[in-house]
Amino acid sequence: MAVAKKTQAASPAAARSASADKVKPADFSKEQELQAYRDMLLIRRFEEKAGQMYGMGLIGGFCHLYIGQEAVVTGMQMTLKKGDQVITGYRDHGHMLACGMDAKGVMAELTGRRGGYSKGKGGSMHMFSVEKGFFGGHGIVGAQVSLGTGLAFTNKYRKTDNVCLTYFGDGAANQGQVYESFNMAELWKLPVVYIIENNRYAMGTAVHRSSAQQDFSRRGISFNIPGEQVDGMDVRAVKAAGEKAVQWCRDGNGPYILEMMTYRYRGHSMSDPAKYRTREEVEKIRGEQDPIEQVRQRLLKNKWVSEDELKKIDAKVRDVVNEAAEFATHDPEPDPSELWTDILR
Amino acid sequence: MAELTYRDAVARGIAQEMTRDPDVVFLGEDVAKAGGVFKATVGLYEQFGPLRVRDTPISEQAILGAAMGAAMTGLKPIAEIMFSDFIAVCFDYIANEFPKSRYMSNGQTKCPLVVRTGNGAGSRFGAQHSQSVENWCMMIPGLKVVAPSSPVDVIGLLAAAVRDPDPVIFFEHKSLYATKGEVPDGEIVDRLGTAKILRPGKDATIIALALMVPRALEAADILHREHGIDAEVVDVRSLVPLDTQTILNSVGRTHRLFTVEENPRLCGWGAEIVSIVADEAFYDLDGPPVRITTPHIPLPANDFLEDMVLPTVNRIVETVKRSLGS
Ligand SMILES: Cc1ncc(C[n+]2csc(CCOP(=O)(O)OP(=O)(O)O)c2C)c(N)n1
Ligand SMILES: [Mg+2]
Repeated sequence: MAVAKKTQAASPAAARSASADKVKPADFSKEQELQAYRDMLLIRRFEEKAGQMYGMGLIGGFCHLYIGQEAVVTGMQMTLKKGDQVITGYRDHGHMLACGMDAKGVMAELTGRRGGYSKGKGGSMHMFSVEKGFFGGHGIVGAQVSLGTGLAFTNKYRKTDNVCLTYFGDGAANQGQVYESFNMAELWKLPVVYIIENNRYAMGTAVHRSSAQQDFSRRGISFNIPGEQVDGMDVRAVKAAGEKAVQWCRDGNGPYILEMMTYRYRGHSMSDPAKYRTREEVEKIRGEQDPIEQVRQRLLKNKWVSEDELKKIDAKVRDVVNEAAEFATHDPEPDPSELWTDILR
Repeated sequence: MAELTYRDAVARGIAQEMTRDPDVVFLGEDVAKAGGVFKATVGLYEQFGPLRVRDTPISEQAILGAAMGAAMTGLKPIAEIMFSDFIAVCFDYIANEFPKSRYMSNGQTKCPLVVRTGNGAGSRFGAQHSQSVENWCMMIPGLKVVAPSSPVDVIGLLAAAVRDPDPVIFFEHKSLYATKGEVPDGEIVDRLGTAKILRPGKDATIIALALMVPRALEAADILHREHGIDAEVVDVRSLVPLDTQTILNSVGRTHRLFTVEENPRLCGWGAEIVSIVADEAFYDLDGPPVRITTPHIPLPANDFLEDMVLPTVNRIVETVKRSLGS
């Protein structure tokens, strides 16, 4: 017993590689490809619309767009079942749509209207839907990591086999509470998948300027938490790795780390001059790795759909987004009496 | 003399001190290459180089802890905490380490550092990025707390803070960064613990801080023009040390006290001032002191609600008018 423990401590990397060999993504069925296509496109079009509405002055404050990262939440969501939880930071619109939250309610929160998920009081960074298993929407970088650990604690305490997906960025990965949470989660074998969305930048700071260990999948090694890097632009790879991680948690093995290699096309928030990277860099990734385009090409290559059918899907998605924008533009401002609600009971 | 924004005054103040003293270093998240999220530190990295102007990881505890370690060994760090709400993330250093270092070491270790931070509301950033939290720091023995309202005060008080032998928490107001003011050429050094009477008056004393200062001044103009009330406006500037003499003298002349505070009502800085005045100048007062504050609620993201809860020029005018019975 003592000997086994010692070996593990001496070589945590061994534990890692044993449990974290890369999963080769299985092909998607036609239905899966279509679902992924629709879900990712909804996020993309929603975010484009939010960007336009911000430009028109209909949205104020912060607005962090998820464009480019759609495959991460879409693939991960395919691995969940009822009762599982999702929590993330402030770049959260995609996560909410993936959880099945209503586009109208999300957009109306961006415009600060009474029909928004937080009645206009939360804004872009702060929305919740407990019914859909979405626990926010947090503005303090890294705070959600400990919160997600606690959501997983309840799952363990109540002996459900539910799992909590806890998302955070490459920048957030340098916050101290991340490691406090890792330790506690492994110590108590909590069912939490820590998903590090490595989009290469934290505001204007590239990963190599902020992180001594840039392979974030290794950040759990000293706690014996298995981790792996995933092509976060390929929704199939995300789903395959996600399934394995989620199953690991459901089986009572404790936490798991997934580092999603992804990229945000837009600025950090809406006022970002983006001097920290070149236009060519963005264009190259968009041109070669776009998560939606990848699925589109496969659907066409397999002759599962025609261009016309794809256009119909696009039109449907646009309708949902336009309806959300319409609602969020004309829904009334919150009643001033709401200033006093939901503070204490 | 030149016109300068509050934002540019921050960079000028830091540059002035870094030029003067090679032991001054500056660190924070996106402060160097990007010039700060509020663009308040543009040009410093280019001027002073990567050794003295440093981008940090998103690690507020390490930023403040390391700043203190450096301060204990002779450097003069200026550390930025991007939004003052994030002070909560690294509060241990602010509450337990900085202010007790000198005390617990029998004066052997000192903590001459400055924490600059973007405070306050008005940008629709919602409940976790808009708070006025100067009282979080004011309540701790062993800290100094400053909040300038104009570009010239930014430079002068920042210089005073850097030269001070103790830890100073320096609250810049996010909604003031774009405002402008006249700034003299050459070195500017002010004194901590000094309030400024910005508009003399004889009927009432209005004490304000940061973003509330321009609002109090505008209200005083309206009170004078439209209602014949001559209000004195005092910019308190420094909460610790507090210039009680200027405040007590003013109340001694006007016999009425109003505070204009952006913070939520409970335990706002104005409560402390009212308590001091009640203690030391009770018989100078012709009526109850009145605090004009944001209600005791979290701040909404919605613009119309946010504007509704912060003290406005109109609310100041109406409150003073009603209290003076005219
Ligand atoms: C405690 C704290 N520190 C700093 C910030 C300011 N801030 C907001 S987002 C951000 C960058 C985070 O980058 P990353 O974790 O990589 O996420 P991404 O924005 O790339 O999705 C920073 C520094 C904050 N909100 N909270
Ligand atoms: Mg990032």
